[in-house]
Amino acid sequence: MISAPAYDLEKVRADFPILSEEVRGQRIAYLDNAASSQKPRAVLDAVDHVYETGYANIHRGVHVLSERATEHYERSRRRMAKFIGAQSADEVIFVRGTTEGLNLVASSLGRYALHEGDEVLLTGMEHHSNIVPWQMVADLTGAKVLAAPVTDRGELDMDGFAALLSDRTRIVSVVHVSNALGTVNPVDEIARLAKERGAYLVLDGAQAAPHLKLDVQALGCDFYCLSGHKMYGPSGIGVLWGKKRLLEAIPPYQGGGEMIRTVSFEGTTYAEPPAKFEAGTPNIAGPVGLAAAADYLDGLGIPEVAEHEARVREYAESRLAEVPGLRVVGTAREKAAVVSFVVDGVHPHDLGTVLDQEGVAVRTGHHCTQPLMERFGVPATARASFGLYNTEAEVDRLAAGLRTALELFRP
Amino acid sequence: MNDALRDLYREVILDHSRRPRNYGAMDAANRQSDGFNPLCGDRLRLFLLVEDGAVRQASFVGDGCAISTASASLLTEAARGLPEEEALQLVENFRGMVSGEGEPDGASLGKLTVFAGVRDYPTRVKCATLAWHTLRAAIEQSGETVKTE
Ligand SMILES: Cc1ncc(COP(=O)(O)O)c(C=O)c1O
Repeated sequence: MISAPAYDLEKVRADFPILSEEVRGQRIAYLDNAASSQKPRAVLDAVDHVYETGYANIHRGVHVLSERATEHYERSRRRMAKFIGAQSADEVIFVRGTTEGLNLVASSLGRYALHEGDEVLLTGMEHHSNIVPWQMVADLTGAKVLAAPVTDRGELDMDGFAALLSDRTRIVSVVHVSNALGTVNPVDEIARLAKERGAYLVLDGAQAAPHLKLDVQALGCDFYCLSGHKMYGPSGIGVLWGKKRLLEAIPPYQGGGEMIRTVSFEGTTYAEPPAKFEAGTPNIAGPVGLAAAADYLDGLGIPEVAEHEARVREYAESRLAEVPGLRVVGTAREKAAVVSFVVDGVHPHDLGTVLDQEGVAVRTGHHCTQPLMERFGVPATARASFGLYNTEAEVDRLAAGLRTALELFRP
Repeated sequence: MNDALRDLYREVILDHSRRPRNYGAMDAANRQSDGFNPLCGDRLRLFLLVEDGAVRQASFVGDGCAISTASASLLTEAARGLPEEEALQLVENFRGMVSGEGEPDGASLGKLTVFAGVRDYPTRVKCATLAWHTLRAAIEQSGETVKTE
């Protein structure tokens, strides 16, 4: 199992200031990357650099600081277009994160495409942010929301998915990589089936962006969402990508400054995308930090990152298999860096507290996927999720912490 | 294992979480209330038999972490025999102790002081108080599911 490391792990860890923080006398073992990842120095510096050298409101001033800020902002848009494989930077909308991206698509595409009796097809493993916005727009339009079944391994049941597709299906919206289970969904096949029915395809890429090399055009989707904070960028910034033709066709989301061409009380005309979807003063420094995160990831190489994470995850699965009464929830054949589990006789919340005392950070709860928890008959799971800086030694600390929990809770 | 953990998970708490007392639905109950903690999915249903203004019996069913299960179990013992007013006072007392906001009255809390360590774990306070909020709802008969947030 020993193969050459994909990159110098110690050097990479030194890029992340927070990883040398001590909690209760120990370095923290941060295994909660699917919730949010830590930030390398390069991202922190990029954000500071904007505020220190070129900050003002964008797209408005004739003065030099506004010009610099606008250049920072638009250069970041071009960088993110390249990162996701967009045809043009005009297809990149800066949003607060995946949640805002999905709300934008549900609201704008929903009002454009959905009518009474139409259907939106989701899956049983969606994050609440890819469920609730569709329910909201379904209420408004009289459309129906359906969810494709999930197998015992935590994979999408493709026969069940295909069976739910019909000529009434107008929109398919699916998570690319599941945050609760780590399952990588077969988006090529999903795209093919959706296209056959003439349905629009939306992908939730919140968990895919830090682990998979993205090429939104090759994926065959119409919209793609991601969050900066899960790919080592700042919080409060993310990307919604949409096909230009569709961004032009669908109505705007929020109204305000920047998104208009002319405003009068007789009627208002809208700006072209991306401005059409960026009402108001945006997060100006956030995109710059996000672009720096993209540089950082591409610098290491996303395939190298994925290879490293797969090694750590496989090691974790082998260590967890030694823990009596532990069951991994989600054993898909294609998986990203997530291990979700339950332990007989120990509630996940108690596991989380014990691990925290040992300096190991994991997430416990329903992971904003209540229908999926219901599907597996568990109220919650504990989840270890790995990032590019995690080590096998940290996995050993997880395993040791689980043993401590067993000693404490097992009679 | 460190002392902080032992301070939180005292023997009494571990014992009640493994073998909860008064666990099960109560046919004779005349008050009932549901509690739910959306953060961790803990749920419980509390049954009370209230006669002549006092809690004669209490029982619960539910699914939760060690802290919330032990808290419900000890509650069913502590509430038994208390006049409604005193039971409500105990709710306040308990909440004050685990949230660190009040000056708990140790004498009336008795055995419940094993939960004092919870105040050092802000994320676990809601686990400890879930059953108690539910008790208040059952006594006040609000009939709605109590949420801890
Ligand atoms: C799969 C998935 N979708 C959507 C979201 C929502 O992302 P955000 O909270 O960054 O808006 C998350 C993370 O919380 C996620 O993991």
